[in-house]
Amino acid sequence: MGDDLFRLTVHEAAHLLARREVSSRELTAAVLDRLQGVEGQLNAFVTLTPELALEQARQADERLARGEDVTPLTGIPAAIKDVICTLGVRTTCGSRMLENFVPPYDATVIVRLKRAGLVMVGKTNMDEFAMGSSGENSYFGPTRNPWDRERVPGGSSSGSAAAVAADACLYALGSDTGGSIRQPAALCGIVGLKPTYGRVSRYGLVAFASSLDQIGPMTKDVTDAALVLQAIAGHDPNDSTSAPVEVPDYAAGLVPDVKGLRIGVPREYMGEGVEEGVRQAVTDAIERLAEMGAEVDWEASLPSTPYALACYYIIAPSEASANLARYDGVKYGYSYTEGASMWENMERTRQFGFGAEVKRRIMLGTYALSAGYYDAYYLKAQKVRTLIRREFESAFQRYDVLLTPVSPTPAFRLGEKLEDPLQMYLSDVFTIPVNIAGLPAISVPCGFSQGLPVGLQVIGRPFDEATVLRVAYAYEQAAGWRHRRPPL
Amino acid sequence: MTTPTAIDYEVVIGVEVHAHLLTRSKMFCSCPADYFGAPPNSHVCPVCLGMPGVLPVINRRAVELTIMTGLALNCQVPPLARFDRKNYPYPDLMKGYQISQYDQPLCKDGWLEIEVNGQRKRVRINRVHLEEDTARLVHVTTPEGESYSLVDVNRSGIPLMEIVSEPDLRSAEEARAYLTKLRQVLRWIGASRANMEEGNMRCEANVSVRPRGSEALGAKVELKNINSFKHVYEAIRYEVQRQISVLQAGGRVVQETRGWREDLGQTVPQRSKEYAHDYRYFPEPDLPPLVVSPEWVEEIRRRMPELPDARRQRLQDYYGLSEYDARLLTESRAKADLFEGALSHFPPDSRRARAKTAANWVNSELAGLLNARDLEWEDCPLGPAALAELLDLLEEGTINTSTAKVVLEESLSSGYSPKAIVEEKGLAQIGAREELAQIVQAVLEANPKAVADYRSGKEGAIQFLVGQVMRQTRGRANPEAVRELLKEHLSRA
Repeated sequence: MGDDLFRLTVHEAAHLLARREVSSRELTAAVLDRLQGVEGQLNAFVTLTPELALEQARQADERLARGEDVTPLTGIPAAIKDVICTLGVRTTCGSRMLENFVPPYDATVIVRLKRAGLVMVGKTNMDEFAMGSSGENSYFGPTRNPWDRERVPGGSSSGSAAAVAADACLYALGSDTGGSIRQPAALCGIVGLKPTYGRVSRYGLVAFASSLDQIGPMTKDVTDAALVLQAIAGHDPNDSTSAPVEVPDYAAGLVPDVKGLRIGVPREYMGEGVEEGVRQAVTDAIERLAEMGAEVDWEASLPSTPYALACYYIIAPSEASANLARYDGVKYGYSYTEGASMWENMERTRQFGFGAEVKRRIMLGTYALSAGYYDAYYLKAQKVRTLIRREFESAFQRYDVLLTPVSPTPAFRLGEKLEDPLQMYLSDVFTIPVNIAGLPAISVPCGFSQGLPVGLQVIGRPFDEATVLRVAYAYEQAAGWRHRRPPL
Repeated sequence: MTTPTAIDYEVVIGVEVHAHLLTRSKMFCSCPADYFGAPPNSHVCPVCLGMPGVLPVINRRAVELTIMTGLALNCQVPPLARFDRKNYPYPDLMKGYQISQYDQPLCKDGWLEIEVNGQRKRVRINRVHLEEDTARLVHVTTPEGESYSLVDVNRSGIPLMEIVSEPDLRSAEEARAYLTKLRQVLRWIGASRANMEEGNMRCEANVSVRPRGSEALGAKVELKNINSFKHVYEAIRYEVQRQISVLQAGGRVVQETRGWREDLGQTVPQRSKEYAHDYRYFPEPDLPPLVVSPEWVEEIRRRMPELPDARRQRLQDYYGLSEYDARLLTESRAKADLFEGALSHFPPDSRRARAKTAANWVNSELAGLLNARDLEWEDCPLGPAALAELLDLLEEGTINTSTAKVVLEESLSSGYSPKAIVEEKGLAQIGAREELAQIVQAVLEANPKAVADYRSGKEGAIQFLVGQVMRQTRGRANPEAVRELLKEHLSRA
């Protein structure tokens, strides 16, 4: 064992822990060492919590020794996106505004992970308030892609994706509003699952766009995604939008069998703008599934897809403009106090506390909700949203899953799209419709383009994460990409 | 102030009432809602503090009380209601938006009947909706002249119901009658304490005047931040006259917000908001639409008590009470309950006959005693059983009216039952003929002059002898019985 413990997946490590072949303390120490070794090159973390991790590992070892309440996550070192509230551990959202904000409570997912035996090594870097597709919008500096440090890891869950890819943790939590789990997972060559809206509690997830946000696992393989989802999913009385729907045994459903599975490939997702290497990798992956017995329709169609991006950039900023109104310097976080009046202090707090992209979206949203514009923008966007949702519904009468690329391109260079917000927004053109419709979708590695990872997106029916996971698992097992690692 | 031309103007008033609901917990979290008198910021949690990441959960009881209010106000209860975000920045608003209801309120299109000078009138209700209250700002100025504000978050998230009337009120008297009636209903159904002085009921009146016969509404003045019924009434009266004077002088009424200065007896302009607010309402994405099934509405309707107007009518019909008595008895539900509760201790066939006496005792004696103690009927320490006991003691002749008043007061103060008090203090009337006869005999012997006067034809002298006997019995005798007994004895000898 020894030195390579950090390379383990969750299920591999859980196996060793359960057989007492390794302790959580040893595993955690190995991961912390690895983290220290790579963090300087990646900037994947905002806050490191090594002492907390070792203490939690000690408790996990006691639990493992007693053999009571042991779950597959007991004693497994994890990283948490810094948009999820952790009691007593600062939660910055990648923003100066919350640079010193220490939540007085745990998010529901953290409560559940702690119950499962969480070992938290740190809070991961991210685009400020989860707004961005490259990780470059963080007040704490950009995170770098482990495959090529001149490139972005994707965003907004940039640090979580880079940390998992670099073996600086065994799994991570991310959040996904328009692709923020799946796109960085694809660009970093890991697995990222956005559950159905309502599957995982949002209580304690600092809100960006409330009707789109969802927390999900970012892992080294599909089995781990199933295990982590199992731990965090389920109805929460503190989140009225979390669904009182039964949670199946996800790991038990992981069988490498896609015979007879009906796959739709919406042509709107394979056309213009898709980089050639990405198209090839995704096409190969789908053909592989066809060889395994799936029925593939290459001519599926979701004609409203081109409107999804516009729809998203009305709805998400509108909700954000209200969600971010509470940051006024009065109650917590950054506070400008040199002004002549209360109003000046509040304005300056927001002027200096928020970064450019956050301010851009607050203004977009404020505008879209304004008297005289509401009908033309917000209301229209809601109608388009209904249309997109219905198109997916009707597609799912014919197909069990839809397959698309996650991102039209592999990881781009740092700074490449920073000055062109529209180009940046287009990174999420294939992931956004899924949030608009509230569906579950996974990003699973499906090869490389220009030496950079490419992700395959598997989209499923509402609350049918089981099928999404099964397809991703079957492909992963057949393809074997998982064994390629970044040069770190 | 009234000038002959004043009758040329018609007054138009609409009223918005905010009332805290009587729930145990806050609107969207489990903090206690009873914040009155609590130390600042002691009833708070991440949710009502608007911490990053928190989510609201609807208080079911608050929804039910709002629906019950809507039913009491003859409203429609649509099958789907929705919460919306009302956006505006202010330090008393923890999230930077208030969760309120915009275009799909819980209740709409109702009415409330009021009566002014014997005229009954239906005031239309536009809507009843549910929202959360804000925190309370406390403005402080130090002796050095430095001023700052403190925020008390206890009030943040208290369930707040807003009741909006149509502009159907035509005078300050009608506005007062509307508010009084609304307060009665809110307390009656247990929706709110509805106490303006305590701040759990707030009232804003929109006042305008227009030439009689005109359809168009005049410029509207919003009267705000008024803390009692009396002041609302006075403010509206003042404002109506002010607007008429402005118009008569050829001026123009400015649309603005005004407050009431009690010391001046005037309304005065309030610092207007710096810019016209655009609240940018949009549906609250953290709360799914609220499905209000007809079954739920019916269940709430079944739980609703008989309303004041219906009860008043029933008290008149069933007990033969006058409208005046019945109206007084239905001032509050606790009062009507006390009255009917006491009567229920009597045999059914005697209740109608004894209702008038019972009503008198409740409406005058007991009301006076509670008033002197500054107690509401809800807090009356005397229960229906005790009241019935007192009425029985009177009816049987065990005590007379003046003793009964003493016993009532004693019972109210000590909590002992009237019977116990009568026994303890030996207050029972001396009814036994033998006992009374002895005293009468003694009085006659001790007052030969009065006896002689009576016998010589001065019949008035008997009054002196009655007084003497009453004195000897410390008031416990029935004066009529004493008079009869005296006459008997005097004619004998």
